[in-house]
Amino acid sequence: MAGLTANYFKGISSGLTLKWVYQVWELYADSIFLSIWLALACLICTLLIGLPAAYGLARHPGWLSRLLEEFISLPLAVPGLALALALLQLYGSMKGFRASWAFILVGHVLYTLPFMVRSILAVLAAMDLKTLEEGAASLGASPWQRFRDIVVPNAMPGILAGALTVVTLSIGEFNLTWMLHTPYLKTLPVGLADSYASMRLEIASAYTLVFFVMIVPLLMAMQWASARAQRITQ
Amino acid sequence: MNNRTFVMACLTPLLVFSLAFLALPLIRLFLASGEGDAGWAVYLDILRKPRYLNTLILTVLVSLATTFAALAVSTTAGMFLVRNRFRGRGSLLAVLTLPLAFPGVVIGFLIILLGGRQGLVNQITPGHVVFAYSALGLFLGYLYFSIPRVLLTVMAAAEKLDPALEEAARTMGATPYSVMKDVIIPGLMPSLIASGAIAFATAMGAFGTAFTLATNIDVIPMVIYTEFTLSANIAMASALSIVLGIITWILLLIARSLTGSTVAGGG
Repeated sequence: MAGLTANYFKGISSGLTLKWVYQVWELYADSIFLSIWLALACLICTLLIGLPAAYGLARHPGWLSRLLEEFISLPLAVPGLALALALLQLYGSMKGFRASWAFILVGHVLYTLPFMVRSILAVLAAMDLKTLEEGAASLGASPWQRFRDIVVPNAMPGILAGALTVVTLSIGEFNLTWMLHTPYLKTLPVGLADSYASMRLEIASAYTLVFFVMIVPLLMAMQWASARAQRITQ
Repeated sequence: MNNRTFVMACLTPLLVFSLAFLALPLIRLFLASGEGDAGWAVYLDILRKPRYLNTLILTVLVSLATTFAALAVSTTAGMFLVRNRFRGRGSLLAVLTLPLAFPGVVIGFLIILLGGRQGLVNQITPGHVVFAYSALGLFLGYLYFSIPRVLLTVMAAAEKLDPALEEAARTMGATPYSVMKDVIIPGLMPSLIASGAIAFATAMGAFGTAFTLATNIDVIPMVIYTEFTLSANIAMASALSIVLGIITWILLLIARSLTGSTVAGGG
C-alpha cells in the first residue's frame, strides 16, 4: 500500500497516487529489462544443457548418473553466497567476462539448471522410454530423430514446468546476483535491495509492488504446470 | 552416430558446464580458504575467535527457533488443509506457498514495513515498538519463507496418512491430544525431520533477509559477506562458506533420504 500513498509519513489521508510507480519506472526500467532478458537467456541455456542431459540421465540410470545428478544439485543446497564467492575467485580476474552480463547468467544457470533437469527427468522416468525408442529404432529412426520426435514431445509437461520454474527463479534470484553484479548491471532484486537502502520508503514500496505484479502470475503458472507434470508422472 | 555416442553427446554440455562453473570454482574456494595468513588453521579460528563463534551460535539458535516454529505452524495448518476441502482451498494454498520464490530481500523489506521504525506495529501500538532489526525480526523473516517449504513436505506425507488409524484410536477412547501424540506425530515423523532439516538449512544460508535486516546483529552469511567485501579476508570468507555449505548440504541430504524429494533452498 505504501507504494501508492502520496506521503507515507502522513498516512493514506494524503491521497493515493501512481507517482511513485512512475518514478520507479524512470529509475529502474533498465534493471527490469535486464532481469527479463537474463531470465530468457537463462531459460535457453538451461534448455540447451538440461534437456539433452535429462535424456542422457534417463537412458543411463546407474550410480554414475545418480552421482552426476547429485553433483549438479549442489547449488540447491549450498548457499548462493558461497557459490558466488567460488565463481568470483576463479573468474573474477577475467575482466571482460567479470563485467559482462554473461557472468550473472552463469550464476543463474548454475542455480536453475537442477530444477530443469529434475523436472524433465521425473517425466521421462515415468514413461517407458526404452520400449518407445526401440520401436522407433526398429522402424529406422536415427538417434536424433528419436530424440526429436519421441523424447521432446513426451517430455513437454516436464519442460513446461521446468521452464516456468527457471524463469521465476531467475527473476527472483538475489543471493548469487548480489555478489556477481556490477554497478552497471543491476537485476530486479538487486535494484530492490538498492532502493531499500537508498530511496524513499514510497519508492521502495512501489518497486516491490511492481515486482509482485511481475512475479505472482509467473508463480501461479509455475504451480499449475508443476501440478500438471506431477499428475502425469503418477 | 550410434546410440551410445548420441547419449554421451547429450551429457557433454552438462559435464562441461558443471565442471567449469561448479567443480573448478568450488575447488578454488577450498584452496583459497587455506591461503590466508593462518593457513588451514583458519577452520580452527572459526571456533577459537569469539566473533565467529558467537555468530555461529546465534545463527544456529535463530535457525533452530525458526525450524520449530515453522514445524508447529505448518503441521497444524497442513493437517487442516489435507483433511478439509472447502471453497478457496486452492487459492489459500497458492498464497501460502507464494514466498517460495520470493527473494530474501523482499521478505526482509516486508518485515521492515511490519516492524520497522515506520512500520505498521510501531504506528498502531503506543510507545516505540521496533523489532525488525533484532533477532525477532530475523526470526519472523526466516519463518515466513520456511513455512511454505515445511508445509508442502508435511502435506505430502499427511495425504498418505491413513485416517482409519485415527478413527481406531478414537473408538478405543483416546483423547484428541493422545491421538495427536501417539498416532499423527509418529506417522508424520520422517517428513517432520526432513522438513525440519530443510527449514534449518534454508535459515542457516539465508542471505537476502539477513542483508536487509541484520544491521545490529550478525549471522554467518552476513559475516561471510562483510569479511569478503569490507575486510577482504578472503580466506576466512571462503572457510566460512565451506563450513556453511557442508552443513546445509548434509542436512538436505538427510532430508532427501527420508522423503525422496526436497523443496529447494534459496532465500
